[in-house]
Amino acid sequence: MLLASDTLPSHTGYVAAAYLVFVALLLIYVVIMAFKLARFERDATELVELADRRPGAVEATPPPPAGEREQVAAR
Amino acid sequence: MTLHGSRLRALSIATAVTLTAGFALAFFYAKLDADQGFVQKIFYLHVPMAIVALCGFMFGGVMAIQHLRTRDPRYDLRSYVAIHLSLILALGTLVTGAIWARAAWGHWWVWNEPTLVSFLIIFLLYATYQPLRFSIEDRERQSRYASVFAITAGAFVPLNFLAVRLAQAYTHPRVLSTSGGNLPGDMRLAFLVCLAGMALLYVTLWKYEMASKHTSMQLRALKRKLAGDDVPLAPGRSAAPSLHA
Repeated sequence: MLLASDTLPSHTGYVAAAYLVFVALLLIYVVIMAFKLARFERDATELVELADRRPGAVEATPPPPAGEREQVAAR
Repeated sequence: MTLHGSRLRALSIATAVTLTAGFALAFFYAKLDADQGFVQKIFYLHVPMAIVALCGFMFGGVMAIQHLRTRDPRYDLRSYVAIHLSLILALGTLVTGAIWARAAWGHWWVWNEPTLVSFLIIFLLYATYQPLRFSIEDRERQSRYASVFAITAGAFVPLNFLAVRLAQAYTHPRVLSTSGGNLPGDMRLAFLVCLAGMALLYVTLWKYEMASKHTSMQLRALKRKLAGDDVPLAPGRSAAPSLHA
C-alpha cells in the first residue's frame, strides 16, 4: 500500500498551508465586501422610501432584482 | 468611478488570469529547487506579496505627499486605502514567511535575521496607522497627521530595504540583486508572472475599495439631501477618511 509520504513531495503540508493563508485572506476580504454591499442595498432601500415620503413625490418603483435587470439589458 | 465599470471588470479578469497562470507556472513549469525541494514553491507567493506590500506602503506615502500639497481629501482616501491593503498583504507575508521558515530552517521565526525583523518593524509601524487616525476626532487634523505619518513611514521603507541589503545575511536569502538574482529561466518566468498577478490583485482591490468608499459617501450625501440636516455628512468617529468635512 502506498503512503501519502511516498507519493507526495516533502513538506506538501507547509506549502498547502501557505497558499491556504493567502486564500483565507482573500475570502475574508470578499466576505467583508459582501457585508458592505448588503449595507449599501439597505441604504438604497431607505433612500427610495425617503424619496416616496417627500411631498409631491411620484411613488418610486423599486428596481427589479438583479437577474431580471440583466435580462432586460440583454434584450 | 463606478462599482460596475467595465474597466474594473476587465481588471478583475486580468488579475484572476495572471495570478492563476503564475501559480500554474510555479507548480507545473518551474523546476524543483535543488536545495529546498517542493517547499520552495512558497517563494512564488511570499516574495511577490512582500514586494507589493512594500510598494503599496510607498504609494500610500506618495498619495499623502499629494494630499499635503493640494489639501484634496481624495488623496488622503487613496493613501488610506493603499496602506490598509498593504497591511493585509504584509500580514500574509509574515504568516507565509513563518510557515516557510519552519519548513526550511526548522524555526517559525529567527530573531537575528535582519530581513525578518525589519519587515516585522515595518508591519508594526503601519499597524499603528489606523489607531492613530481613530485617536484624532477632528477630521482635518486627522487627515493631516495621517499624511505626515504615511510620508515618514513611506520614506522608512526604502531606507530599511537598503539597510537590510547592506547588513550581513544569516539565513534569509537575498532574492533581488543588481546582477538579476540567481533564478534560472523557468523559475524567473514563474516568479515574474506571480509578481505581475499580485500587483494586479493589489490594484484591483484598491479600486474596489475606492469604489466602495465613494458609493458609501454618495449614499450618505443623498440621504442627507432627502432627510434633511438630521443626517450627518460624515459618520461618527472613524479612522476612515471622509470626502465631506
